[in-house]
Amino acid sequence: MKHLLIVALALAMTCSLARAQEAPIQAILQAQAALIMENSRRTVAPAIAAVSDSGLPQAQDVLQAWQGKKLWQRTSDGLFFRAEKAEGKTYKLYDFDTRETAGSAPASDLEQIKPNSGIRALIGSALVQFQLQDADPKRRLAALTSVQRNPSADVLEPLRGSIAAETDPTIRAMKVRAERLLTIAYDPDEAERIKAISEMSGDLGVDLRATLNPLLATRRAVFAGAPPETLNIAETLVPGASVEVMQAYDMLVEADLAPSRVTDAQVRNALAENAKGGMVGGIPIRQLDDPDMRQRAYRALSAAGTVPPAPDAAQIAGALEAHSIVDVYLEPSRTMTNAVSEALDTIALTVGVNQTVDLILDGLSLTSIYFLAAIGLAITFGVMGVINMAHGEFIMMGAYTGYVVQQIIPNHTASILVAIPAAFAVTFAAGVVMERLVIRWLYNRPLETLLATFGVSIALQQLAKNIFGTQARPLTAPAWLDGAWVINDVVAISFIRIAIFVLAVFFLGVYLFIMRRTRLGLETRAVTQNPRMASSMGINLNKVNMLTFGLGSGIAGVAGVAIGLFAKVTSELGSDYIVQSFMTVVVGGVGNIWGTLAGAAMIGFLQKGIEWFNPSNTLAAQTFMIVFIIIFIQFRPRGIIALKGRAAGD
Amino acid sequence: MHLFHKRGASTVIFLALLVAFTIVVTLLSEGMGVGIISTSFVKTLGKTLCLALVAISMDLVWGYAGILSLGHFALFGLGGYMIGMWLMYERTREIVVSSLADAPIPPTVQEVSDAIANQIFGVVGSTEFPLIWAFADSLLAQLMLVVLVPGVLAGVFGWLAFRSRVAGVYLSILTQAMTLALSLYLFQNDNGLRGNNGLSGLQNLPGLSDVSQAVVSVWFLWGAALALGLGYLLAVWVVFGKFGSVLRGIRDDEARVRFLGYPVETYKLVLFTGTACMAGIAGALYYPQAGIVNPAEMAPIASIYLAVWVAIGGRGRLYGAVIGAAFVSLVSSWFTGGQAPDVSLGFYTIKWVDWWLVVLGLSFVLVTLFAPKGIGGLFDLLERRTAPDRHGADLGPDQGALREKEASE
Repeated sequence: MKHLLIVALALAMTCSLARAQEAPIQAILQAQAALIMENSRRTVAPAIAAVSDSGLPQAQDVLQAWQGKKLWQRTSDGLFFRAEKAEGKTYKLYDFDTRETAGSAPASDLEQIKPNSGIRALIGSALVQFQLQDADPKRRLAALTSVQRNPSADVLEPLRGSIAAETDPTIRAMKVRAERLLTIAYDPDEAERIKAISEMSGDLGVDLRATLNPLLATRRAVFAGAPPETLNIAETLVPGASVEVMQAYDMLVEADLAPSRVTDAQVRNALAENAKGGMVGGIPIRQLDDPDMRQRAYRALSAAGTVPPAPDAAQIAGALEAHSIVDVYLEPSRTMTNAVSEALDTIALTVGVNQTVDLILDGLSLTSIYFLAAIGLAITFGVMGVINMAHGEFIMMGAYTGYVVQQIIPNHTASILVAIPAAFAVTFAAGVVMERLVIRWLYNRPLETLLATFGVSIALQQLAKNIFGTQARPLTAPAWLDGAWVINDVVAISFIRIAIFVLAVFFLGVYLFIMRRTRLGLETRAVTQNPRMASSMGINLNKVNMLTFGLGSGIAGVAGVAIGLFAKVTSELGSDYIVQSFMTVVVGGVGNIWGTLAGAAMIGFLQKGIEWFNPSNTLAAQTFMIVFIIIFIQFRPRGIIALKGRAAGD
Repeated sequence: MHLFHKRGASTVIFLALLVAFTIVVTLLSEGMGVGIISTSFVKTLGKTLCLALVAISMDLVWGYAGILSLGHFALFGLGGYMIGMWLMYERTREIVVSSLADAPIPPTVQEVSDAIANQIFGVVGSTEFPLIWAFADSLLAQLMLVVLVPGVLAGVFGWLAFRSRVAGVYLSILTQAMTLALSLYLFQNDNGLRGNNGLSGLQNLPGLSDVSQAVVSVWFLWGAALALGLGYLLAVWVVFGKFGSVLRGIRDDEARVRFLGYPVETYKLVLFTGTACMAGIAGALYYPQAGIVNPAEMAPIASIYLAVWVAIGGRGRLYGAVIGAAFVSLVSSWFTGGQAPDVSLGFYTIKWVDWWLVVLGLSFVLVTLFAPKGIGGLFDLLERRTAPDRHGADLGPDQGALREKEASE
């Protein structure tokens, strides 16, 4: 009987042994079953490590199933399966080792393992090594992204291992870059890290700077006497120069190296507490509105031992003299920190150069916006000499026309293509009506033109408010204008701004063509120079004035569509641009389109330049720009490009 | 002497009406009379008198010298800021001192100043007095600044602009740019003038907390009426003297006046600076009645409205400016205040709050086109005084001296 039992036991053991050989992953799971079922983020790590370090091909399947809440335990025998819901309340089971179905089981016989988000993240990082070598490039890319987002020392080796076998050149390049960055951050061999740093030095990527900057992290420490030589010291702080004296002393106090300071408020409170019969420390209370008297009273109190003594200036200076306050690098190796700061210096230089390029692009784009807003004015004001304060409202009308067109035609590309001529037509008509009804009566009275068109302007603005409401209306750009042309991590320019630049150049061409190559342009120039002579040559003054004014207004409308694409369309849209537009024309030189271009360039670049000095404050940039323009006009009252001779008009 | 010389009648009538108006409002006010006129309306009337004063200064530069300044209302606001600084400082100091009086230890000068700064600038996240508040503790200094700050600003700007012969519409655009720069500057939170919060609580006069607002409003009405009366007399004296003749000459043909040997730039600069001081004084009387001054009040649009008032009232005559400012601002506040009854058209109800600006804008266009003399022109009709026959259409006040034939040359 006893033998039989032993045999049976041996049989059972060999059986389970055999089982472990033919079902290795199940065996590991069984060994870790307790931890798995405990399902706690604190304790589960060894179980995940056991699976992922098993070297078995099925490990990935298990981890994925586990992470995706598809890992189930059969309560009857404790085996783990991947389960999928089948008909009714039964689940279809898949064996991990054989990767085949293992029948089905009722829900009552199964228990699902539901890892929380913390556990799933742990599983996720364990999965990375498998996913980096996955056959599907999308999965490899996803895994790489997760590595980039949560870099850690553990993934360095799997990442290195996966590079050699990588076939996709893009992913390979990304992997190489990620490997370099991880090497800088985590490689145990310092020489390797420094090599990686010098290799990547000068690179513009934000990720590189994000990797390098933490390596220069410091902590502030206080030492009695000189700091120990062994520390990697970033900077020794000098009280009174690189740090305020009181702040430095407070650091000593915090480190228990000096008696605490008594603040003015504490002095006051201490005096108030110890006041007796109108006297404190031998000094009448009513004299205590003088800081010196307060100090004397406090010293008297501390001499009597009622309050703690306050260190005086000499004591504070002495304490600071005796101690040193330093910033210490968290990174102990000096070679390392030197290499990092050197690399960061190189990067800063490259970033500076690229930022200048970016600033120039920004300035160029602002120039084209101002130019577009002002080109209509260059015709009505520059050529005809009409002050049209409603020009801004024509810009606004153009933007609202774009908005209305977009309500009718939902396709954004088509609607923009329709909106541009529609806006031109609407504002052309508005311009013609205004010229006929108002402006033509006032050609000899420029100041009154200013006022009358201002009347039109407030009426139009309020009308727009009544029709469209006060909230901003969207004018959406077509999808192909979304996004930006990214040259590197510093230099980027959005497609809308490029489109506006193209539009500005196009309208410069239109202006030059009409003024120099068409009958209307010829007649306009003739009428501007000498209306009577032009009239006697058979030119219809009324018609020319009407058409020219309409043309200028129409271009304002098109500018409105362009501006509406990046700014919010409100009834105040135009008034934001009107003063700048007039400035552009006046600064550039009235009556000359190249002057307007030069004026727009000057104002655009100037504004961007001032903004660069003080990026948080665009209001200040505008203020300084206007002041600069006022001063500029003192020196060139006729603008950058001044007309000379008869064309100048006087 | 000149006062009763030529247009003396209008001056006497105006001053008589102003005195009568002040007496009637005082007798009907809550503070000192039977209480038919509410305190808030007394304040509105007092503010209107200040607006009339700034309109006179605008009429002097525009109507008489032909300089369309689009910045005088910003100077008006600056005057308000200057007096507001003292009012706010002194009022806060009173509160701080009274709250610190109960402290067991008397406060030091520094503690009081810190507490005031904390009260005033806490809203913009600062606790220290900026440099520009250096004189805020002295009423006399701030009163001088009311005149000096707008005056110096206008003086420097005018000197730069007139020296380089910027004139006409260019000057208008330049003054508008100055106004825009000033209001953008004041909108910044770190400028030391509380950014877009502006200065508030100005209606509470320091040291007079036991005098009711009803009485204070009448005092300010008197002050405003007195300032308006004196300002009007000053304007009459300027306009009808030799100085005024030269100004009108400059307006009508600047080149001729220059060739006659007059220093045109100096005349313009003196006028521009002087009217700026006048605008500052008007603002200093206006904002304590309004209670708050903030940068939005000084936006370019406000200065254009000032031009609108003068144009509608009739520029080139002093009482025209007063009528325009009073009429348009009172009618505007009536319409936008929601007191005007809505007009139902069956399919659409006209709400005046929404449509008033449209009406104002269009009526402004109509006045410019058809009645360049404005409301003041009605008095000419009453007197049957018509323009001399100049063998051509009237070109309006800008080029009034030019006949049509000359103008088109």
